[in-house]
Amino acid sequence: MADFTLARDSYGKLTLTDATGVEHRGISPVRAFPIADPEHGIALMSAEGHELVWIERLGDLPDEMRILLEDEIAGREFMPSITALRDVSSFSTPTVWQVETDRGPASFTLKSEDSIRRLGQDALLIADSHSIHYLIRDTRALDRHSRKLLDRFL
Amino acid sequence: MDKNPSTLPLPEHGRAAVQSQLVAGESVLSWLELDLDTRLHFARTLLVLTDQRLLSKEASGAWHVWPLTGELSLQNFDHAGVGTLELLDSRTRLTHWRYTLEFDPAVRDFITGFTHQLAGTRPVAEPTVCPTCGETIPAGIKVCPDCAPEEDNERNGWALLRLARFARPYRGRLLLGFLLTLTATAATLVPPYLTMPLMDEVLIPYQNGHPIDFHKAWLYLSGLLAAGLVAWILGWARTYLLALVSENIGADLRTTTYNHLLRLSLEYFGGKRTGDLVARIGSETDRINVFLSLHLLDFATDVLMIVMTAAILFSINPWLALVTLLPLPFIAWLIHKVRDKLRHGFEKTDRIWAEITNVLTDTIPGVRVVKAFAQEEREVARFRDANQRNLAVNNRVNRIWSLFSPSVTLLTEIGLLIVWAFGIWQVSRNEITVGVLAAFLAYISRFYTRLDSMSRIVSVTQKAAAGAKRIFDILDHVSSVPDAAHPVHLEQVRGQIELRRVGFRYGNRAVTKDVSLTIQPGEMIGLVGHSGSGKSTLVNLMCRFYDVSAGAILLDGVDIRALSVDEYRSNIGLVLQEPFLFFGTIADNIAYGKPNASRAEIIAAARAAHAHEFILRLPHGYDSLVGERGQSLSGGERQRISIARALLINPRILILDEATSSVDTTTEREIQGALDNLIQGRTTIAIAHRLSTLRKADRLVVMDRGEIVEVGDHDSLMAQEGHYYRLYQAQLRNVDTEDFLDRRTHG
Ligand SMILES: Nc1ncnc2c1ncn2[C@@H]1O[C@H](COP(=O)(O)OP(=O)(O)OP(=O)(O)O)[C@@H](O)[C@H]1O
Ligand SMILES: [Mg+2]
Repeated sequence: MADFTLARDSYGKLTLTDATGVEHRGISPVRAFPIADPEHGIALMSAEGHELVWIERLGDLPDEMRILLEDEIAGREFMPSITALRDVSSFSTPTVWQVETDRGPASFTLKSEDSIRRLGQDALLIADSHSIHYLIRDTRALDRHSRKLLDRFL
Repeated sequence: MDKNPSTLPLPEHGRAAVQSQLVAGESVLSWLELDLDTRLHFARTLLVLTDQRLLSKEASGAWHVWPLTGELSLQNFDHAGVGTLELLDSRTRLTHWRYTLEFDPAVRDFITGFTHQLAGTRPVAEPTVCPTCGETIPAGIKVCPDCAPEEDNERNGWALLRLARFARPYRGRLLLGFLLTLTATAATLVPPYLTMPLMDEVLIPYQNGHPIDFHKAWLYLSGLLAAGLVAWILGWARTYLLALVSENIGADLRTTTYNHLLRLSLEYFGGKRTGDLVARIGSETDRINVFLSLHLLDFATDVLMIVMTAAILFSINPWLALVTLLPLPFIAWLIHKVRDKLRHGFEKTDRIWAEITNVLTDTIPGVRVVKAFAQEEREVARFRDANQRNLAVNNRVNRIWSLFSPSVTLLTEIGLLIVWAFGIWQVSRNEITVGVLAAFLAYISRFYTRLDSMSRIVSVTQKAAAGAKRIFDILDHVSSVPDAAHPVHLEQVRGQIELRRVGFRYGNRAVTKDVSLTIQPGEMIGLVGHSGSGKSTLVNLMCRFYDVSAGAILLDGVDIRALSVDEYRSNIGLVLQEPFLFFGTIADNIAYGKPNASRAEIIAAARAAHAHEFILRLPHGYDSLVGERGQSLSGGERQRISIARALLINPRILILDEATSSVDTTTEREIQGALDNLIQGRTTIAIAHRLSTLRKADRLVVMDRGEIVEVGDHDSLMAQEGHYYRLYQAQLRNVDTEDFLDRRTHG
């Protein structure tokens, strides 16, 4: 069972009170494997960047704390998942992509083909010119048009 | 139109909405449009600062309003590419907004405006230096007026055509080559033409009972021989000339690309795999080369041949000629169909080829690790996989290609058939003579072989085009540490370095924030801090391996971006954390920064770096070869060579990044003694984990997580009992804090 408590202060920061009763303000939850295994292994890091608590599985926590952490993670992690490619401005880089993501429609500039990284068999991680990472979980799940566009860059 | 939209009172699409919110007498000062909502979905949020209030319009259209009072403040921070802008009062966070880093500069401007409005002051805009041309940019303008981005049309042009730029110096020879090709081709077209009179005036009359006219026969036959000889000589001359020119063009292309590549910033190299670059500069330039020297030449000849043949055929008999040309449109259509597919295929093969090279350039330098962990199988599997993918892609290309070639052949065969049929029909109606038909057939058999070989060029062209595209990828890349267009020249470098609110990020990862420091000429600064606190990063910035993301670095009061990169770096002697030795002799390695150094100078530098003795102990002394990555030397020996290298150029500024980290304490003391002398009169920045090595430093600068936390000499910092004190105490106990923690947790 958790031997610590969490609360959000008026500045919107998370405060952790550990087993010995010490308060740590402004902690941040960090996923150890945000892509490979997001559900397991979450560390609570102090504002100074030291690990305070290691949580094996988010689901083991009491609901209230879990929701707090999930909220905080949702506000920290930004990796839109591309669900479809609408259009690309050209097939040679740099090129502007119009995409649909799980966070709404977006457009970004792909600086070079090297910014597309393979993760395992069918997943891709695409970094745009501002180092925002877009994820394609399964290239085979995209529609034909998207796959055709994408194929030109792989 | 105003060049800078953020100075406009309002964005076009929000103007009406904002105006409806304003009260009488309220005027808009600035606005900011952000691209995320609080749930981090893409949505437009608008912030407007007026002289009385701060307003925000959410994506839903709802407005929020905060009257400006003294206790409000705005602050921003970012993590993993997403920024947060918070509005606070003295007790709580009132609200927050999110944005992607693209908007970071605009956010900072907005905050500055906001702060000044609250304080009742006016923002003082500092002039900055354009990173591209080095001109001073007037305050308040974001884009350098001298080099506002131009629309680069050329980039999207056909990559192969862009090679023309490399052909320009060889214009004269190319023209000569073209004329030679023209005449040579014309000469090869004479023999079939002579078959016509040979047939009609010699053979056919003989068949019809006339004796053979030997005089005429001889005449035509010697004509044939002469044409053959002329074609031979001209063909030889043009092949040699044009091959020479194209080899030259290819060599120029390769050197230009390499030259450009080496001038790109470390940021570029950080994002590239070695194998990929090796493949591009090595094999792809070669492929273009072969294309230019062999295939393009053949192609040009073929086109000329076809055009000339067509002209001759038409002059002999237009109808028959028309029939002959029948397959042409079909072939053109086929080429059109297949061309794009092939190019994508070849682009893919190129990328996979780069990947194969990548596996090699990864594992060969790391072979010790591979062996140590017995992972040979795994690396071979990785190589096999890449190879397999190469096969798969090639297979796809080959499938298309294997169908294409025979199709063209089939079309030409059919063409031949039709010409026969049509010709026989015409002969039967006495419209043409047998000689004409024979000449036609002689011509078109050439014509069609040419057509066949010409269509084959589609494949090599697309291959070369794919290669050219990847070469121009490099050539089009603008260095992120560009040389100033009109560099300022410093007559005499004094060596004063000023960091002015320097901020830097690697990609989206902010590493240093707001670092300000002035280093006086001749001063020695010791840079200390935990591992990862940003010491090397600061050195990278001072050497201008990267350009700052915010703030400026000045040398003797001049922004280093306004100086020429080469000239600036020639003032810096750098000893890196990971010393690198090139393949060559030890003497060459020491003299790397000053290739014309005399032997005496080299020895003096080696002595000063305490490398002299160990070098003499090597079998060939200063002439000893050090292997790739200097593997034949120990870590400490390599480091001393790199110290000697830095000392030899006698720089105004000396930067030592852990220069003595891999030598034993005795050697370190020796080197330290040498360094102490050399530091005299030079601005020195020394990074060291062993704090004892910095006892000579005038000032110690303590860094922590990208910020300067303490500055002072040893005694005053000890007295403060802050970061430095803790670092020092930890070292006295002879354990680094991180080691200590590790040991504790692992038992
Ligand atoms: N090329 C890079 N790309 C991304 N992050 C980098 C890069 N180089 C360094 N960093 C990060 O920047 C931070 C500062 O690194 P830096 O090399 O300046 O540390 P340092 O103070 O020199 O550490 P050490 O004492 O171990 O040499 C580290 O967190 C590091 O991970
Ligand atoms: Mg370092």
